[in-house]
Amino acid sequence: MRLVVDLNRCQGYAQCAFLAPDVFTMHGDEALLYDPHADDTQREQVRRAATACPVQAILVEDQDAAPASAKGARDVR
Amino acid sequence: MSADGYLEALRRKGRIVIVGASLAGLRAAETLREQGFTGSLTLIGDERYQPYDRPPLSKQVLLGRAAAEHTALPRHSALNAQWRLGVAATGLDMSAKRVRLADGEEVEYDRLLITTGVRARPWPHPQEVELDGVFTLRTRDDTAQLYRRLAAGPRRVLVIGAGFTGSEIASACRERDLPVTVAERGAAPLVGALGSVVGEVAATLHRDHGVDLRCGVMVTGLEGDPAGRLRCAHLSDGSTVDTDVAVICLGATRNTEWLAGSGLGAGPRGIACDAGCRAFDVRGIVTDDVFVAGDVARSPHPLFGYQFLSLEHWGNAVAQAEIAAHNMISASADRRPHLWVPAFWSSQFGVNIKSVGVPPMGEQLLVAQGSLTERRFTGVYGCQGRVIAAVTFDQTKWLEFYQRLIESAAPFPPSFRTVDRRAEGLEPVAAGFPDPSLPTHGPTVTVSGYSPTDRRITFTPAHA
Repeated sequence: MRLVVDLNRCQGYAQCAFLAPDVFTMHGDEALLYDPHADDTQREQVRRAATACPVQAILVEDQDAAPASAKGARDVR
Repeated sequence: MSADGYLEALRRKGRIVIVGASLAGLRAAETLREQGFTGSLTLIGDERYQPYDRPPLSKQVLLGRAAAEHTALPRHSALNAQWRLGVAATGLDMSAKRVRLADGEEVEYDRLLITTGVRARPWPHPQEVELDGVFTLRTRDDTAQLYRRLAAGPRRVLVIGAGFTGSEIASACRERDLPVTVAERGAAPLVGALGSVVGEVAATLHRDHGVDLRCGVMVTGLEGDPAGRLRCAHLSDGSTVDTDVAVICLGATRNTEWLAGSGLGAGPRGIACDAGCRAFDVRGIVTDDVFVAGDVARSPHPLFGYQFLSLEHWGNAVAQAEIAAHNMISASADRRPHLWVPAFWSSQFGVNIKSVGVPPMGEQLLVAQGSLTERRFTGVYGCQGRVIAAVTFDQTKWLEFYQRLIESAAPFPPSFRTVDRRAEGLEPVAAGFPDPSLPTHGPTVTVSGYSPTDRRITFTPAHA
């Protein structure tokens, strides 16, 4: 499951680090480190973290939008 | 055909080509689809990969908390696009509306968006780059290679250049307990981006985390052993650093060479465009069908004296791509200006550094909150009596307030009494940006003046 955090928006509230600690961790007091390709078993926790983020900085890929696995160089996605 | 009819046909069955398949290109493509573009969409990228996110590469990937190949960007929506990945664009014919590709093919467009970004500025001595152990960091592949080498436990890592990328790499290496030397030509790390007052704080961060930081020096040469492995680096102060890894972090250079001779206003400083992302041609006339966004664009910003700014910021790539995509399929009266206030972040040595506005325009700096010695502060930059930028070290929550001051051209120094204001924050000090007209290192002779009678030769001694 792909995700990205808009770190311009992120203000280090750390809600995500409580709700999905295997994906989001605080690094120092404010800086956030996250796994941009979280395991699918984390989907529910990541969804909760994205919902709880006070500044709505977490973008999680919609399952329907996910491109299929790698194909040739000229494919349509 | 009426203009409206053309636009309607373009939105329904036009051909849009995006050259540059990274963050800006992807966000533009998504915006086009979200705004109802149903024609054909082609994304061309010189890397083999689907668009991926670069900021993690110098942070969590080097720390082993994420894999370089697992940085692909999430999608808002299905794109239904043609992807031409692993093949660079090599030329543009503006009158025939065709993009030439490295494999000899040509792709026709009705509207073109250029998001080719930047690449790492190369080390000036090509034969030294061939040495085993010399790296740059810009792409996924670069990072994967560097990560493997760091995991193998080198004796020492030399980071050449203490901008944001170099500082983040040094931070990651120290966190992995690797000995690190950082060589910086300027007076302090981050000095070009944030000035010497804040740069000195960054220098203490480096040193307190065990970095062997050397400022005011240049790396004059990299030396290998007979087997072609990096052995040591020679510095301009006559010293030598024994190292088996060197990471070259000399900033970035814009990917515009493929546009040489196309007639587009593209050069080493980027591609000039108007606030609506339409590219200028070499005559200074704005084009109607070529748009630019992201790191490669240079556009005028009303908040900053209409200066043409090129911003290598993640947030700028997103915001400008959305504006460009909207404008590509909108009538002139519906077009929007790109008015994003510059903002960026970096995390290094456990500190979250964030900024809004354009700090290098700042003449003076006021520590409005917190304290430099505590490394938790908000610095406000002033230019000609107004607030022009702000930087925070672990004080992110205040940044939005200062962004509003920038947007409203609030007076500098700020007239309010802030919370947590200290004695050091009562009077502004010089922000300490290096004079761009002076060389940062070494004695130099420059010639100035135009007419033969006022030609002058100036000798500038070495700083250090």
